[in-house]
Amino acid sequence: MAQPPRPSEAAAPVPRLSLRGITKAYPGVVANDGVDLDVFPGEIHAVLGENGAGKSTLMKVIYGLAWPDAGTIRWEGELVEITNPGQARKLGIGMVFQHFSLFETLTVADNIRLALDSRTRRLRRRIREVSKRYAMPLDPARRVHTMSVGERQRVEIVRCLLQDPRLLILDEPTSVLTPSAVERLFDTLRGLAAQGCSILYISHKLDEIRALCDRATVLRNGKVTGQCDPRAETTASLARMMIGGDLPRPVHRAPHAGAPALVIDALDLAADDPFGTSLRDVSLTVHAGEIVGIAGVSGNGQKELLAALSGERAIERAQAITLLGQAAGRLDARARRARGLAFIPEDRLGRGAVPEMSLADNVLLTTRTPPLVKRGFVRAVQVRERARRTIAQFAVKAAGVDAPAQSLSGGNLQKFIVGREIERAPRVLIAAQPTWGVDVGAAAQIRQTLLDLRDRGVAVLVISEDLDELLEICDALAVIAQGRLSKAKPIRETSAEEIGQLMAGVAATVEAAAAVTA
Amino acid sequence: MRVYLEARPSPSRLAAWMTPVVAAVATIVVGFVVFGALGKDPFAALRAFFIEPIATRYGIAELLLKATPLMLIATGLAIGYRANVWNIGAEGQLTLGAIAGGGLALAVGDAPWPSFLLLPAMFVAGAAAGMAWAAIPAWLRTRFNANEILTSLMLVYVASLLLSWLVHGPWRDPEGYNFPQSKMFDANAMLPILVPDTRLNAAFLLGLAIVALAWIFVRRHVVGFEMRVAGLAPAAANYAGISMRRNVWLGMLAGGACAGLAGVGEAAGPIGQLLPSMSPGYGFAAIIVAFVGRLHPGGIALASVLMSLLYLGGESAQVNLGLPSAVTGLFEGTLLFFLLAADVFVNYRLRAVAGAPT
Repeated sequence: MAQPPRPSEAAAPVPRLSLRGITKAYPGVVANDGVDLDVFPGEIHAVLGENGAGKSTLMKVIYGLAWPDAGTIRWEGELVEITNPGQARKLGIGMVFQHFSLFETLTVADNIRLALDSRTRRLRRRIREVSKRYAMPLDPARRVHTMSVGERQRVEIVRCLLQDPRLLILDEPTSVLTPSAVERLFDTLRGLAAQGCSILYISHKLDEIRALCDRATVLRNGKVTGQCDPRAETTASLARMMIGGDLPRPVHRAPHAGAPALVIDALDLAADDPFGTSLRDVSLTVHAGEIVGIAGVSGNGQKELLAALSGERAIERAQAITLLGQAAGRLDARARRARGLAFIPEDRLGRGAVPEMSLADNVLLTTRTPPLVKRGFVRAVQVRERARRTIAQFAVKAAGVDAPAQSLSGGNLQKFIVGREIERAPRVLIAAQPTWGVDVGAAAQIRQTLLDLRDRGVAVLVISEDLDELLEICDALAVIAQGRLSKAKPIRETSAEEIGQLMAGVAATVEAAAAVTA
Repeated sequence: MRVYLEARPSPSRLAAWMTPVVAAVATIVVGFVVFGALGKDPFAALRAFFIEPIATRYGIAELLLKATPLMLIATGLAIGYRANVWNIGAEGQLTLGAIAGGGLALAVGDAPWPSFLLLPAMFVAGAAAGMAWAAIPAWLRTRFNANEILTSLMLVYVASLLLSWLVHGPWRDPEGYNFPQSKMFDANAMLPILVPDTRLNAAFLLGLAIVALAWIFVRRHVVGFEMRVAGLAPAAANYAGISMRRNVWLGMLAGGACAGLAGVGEAAGPIGQLLPSMSPGYGFAAIIVAFVGRLHPGGIALASVLMSLLYLGGESAQVNLGLPSAVTGLFEGTLLFFLLAADVFVNYRLRAVAGAPT
């Protein structure tokens, strides 16, 4: 292993954070095994690794959420023991989580106040200032449970920035941002680093790491397997270090679009909560054998559109949604599923899967039909067999079919859910944020699966905030903005810039609107 | 050295089964201390409480007799509870069951209906009445989203007043010296005794049958599975297209039917007539039984026997030691308290880590 290059050899500065021999074992798995890590002032340091490589555990150790079984932590050269997040924050460590740590029933301001000691009124003003400065519009009075995944992440980031941290940990922060918002976030991070703040940056987007980071530490199976200067590496070489092999490339064949499979016709839908977005005159057609993408900044009606399409919210006018030639607006989720629809929701735990239930029972969740169920009775042997097959086919890392869904990592659970829905042999598949927070290997596998489905004649609709992903797999792309959907354009006739501008333009209007109401 | 609670990677099955045992032992320990503090010999007191009531064949029959309504009601309630349908009004549904079943017995009178026709008819009438009473909160919930906890509880008092009116008024025994009670049922309306010279009757077998049916429903039937999903993760239930409306109806009706059966069992069993009060609070105690039994039919069967022992022990402690009857309530509360506390260890475990104190 190479000696870590120092930003300035002459000064040989004291690392802001220095970990030595950090070991943390959970029952059945050693998450961190003798990890060494130095982060210097003003450095943007990437931590790379697949899901389950131990990145999140390492960050939890630094943030005082997990206590190491062995090893030492030095902060500015001093030996410290970080026992809780409050202490970590006092030291000057801020963290943006991959899985959000927000109280859903509280407002944005209340959530932030819990982490900071500040009066509400002043805090609200500061929240507006910071969120405006970093182009992350936020309404401090809004309750978190009404917000989409992307909006919740904004709260997390703004909460950290308000604390003027000296070490900022970001766990996959860009997966739900628009390209221009990513650029602005990077500018923010570079500015923070220039002021001397250290940044630990976890991401699966290798391009971003190469664009942003000064140094990278690679983890595999809980051990440090290498350190490098990401600017001197290629995306492929970084991926190789991380997964110990080459990434599969998606096979993208020419589309053979067939008959319309899912038709949305002038769908109007009032938001069911005061902070939701009403859908206005949304029309879209997805043909058999094509992948249509819907891009957009979260909170622009995606949640409502998905609920309407999945049947979780019934619609007055049955003709607003046509599924395989049948009016389906008034059908519930079970009836639509029986007609050939499959849906992969963005929330995996609690919606896509029941956390406490075994994987076998979670197969039953969306497949309560023969051969798994006969005359109303569950056929446990068949259910377990189906679960076993799904686990094997999608290389899900799990203790077995009896493992509860909550024991799986985010990426593995997502693979399981995708596999489960595909096992149902759907004719129309709707996927929301299919690879959000999933490691590169699993993400590539999921995308390839969607492409394969398309080639088998399935109509696929992907709603994602990850524009790169949409550009990679979709045949046509539409943008959702303030509850309106743009006309779907073939992918060849559009570009990342055009779509990005559409999305960012919308973000700017929302921001302006927020500023007016403020 | 630090000791802290660490989340288990998956809930411990062993801990889930050990929790009621640990809670029972801790309750006995508390009882030991309480009896000692009251100046009684704790060994004698615990003997009077837990051993003497079941030292005889008659005692064991009484134990099972009292366990029967608890088992029946708790099994029915647990079906709803698993789906987050909170029927608190089983006491009222029991009362309605007793009114319907007992009313039928009184209406038939000494007409020559054979037992094998009359008793099933009484149980059907009782279950139907219990379901009808439970249907009111179910309808209010599904139609107006009214909280079923409140509505079902309020209906308990309505039911109790209805029974009171009946036995004070139209159904009062004319030869009963003006006591508010109905005529005694005729022999053909009485449940057969299982063990000679005891009061244990056929309702106990019905209870076991209902437990077995519920077991099959919960473990094997897809609707039982769907209701479990609705209780654990409502958003997942909605995603899977599981109807909450149907769950509310099923959960409420299952509880109502079972409570109605229990009401008939009491009327046609140990009581043999209609009185202003048909139960010493079985409908409420069954809520505790349901949770002590982990909402699982098998666990409920065991928990109902335990709860029945607390009832008998309380009576025995009153008679033999002169302790107040509140001692039964004390034990119920202590048991529930320890049960909930010990539940933490299903999902968490203690872990010690060496390190400098901070």
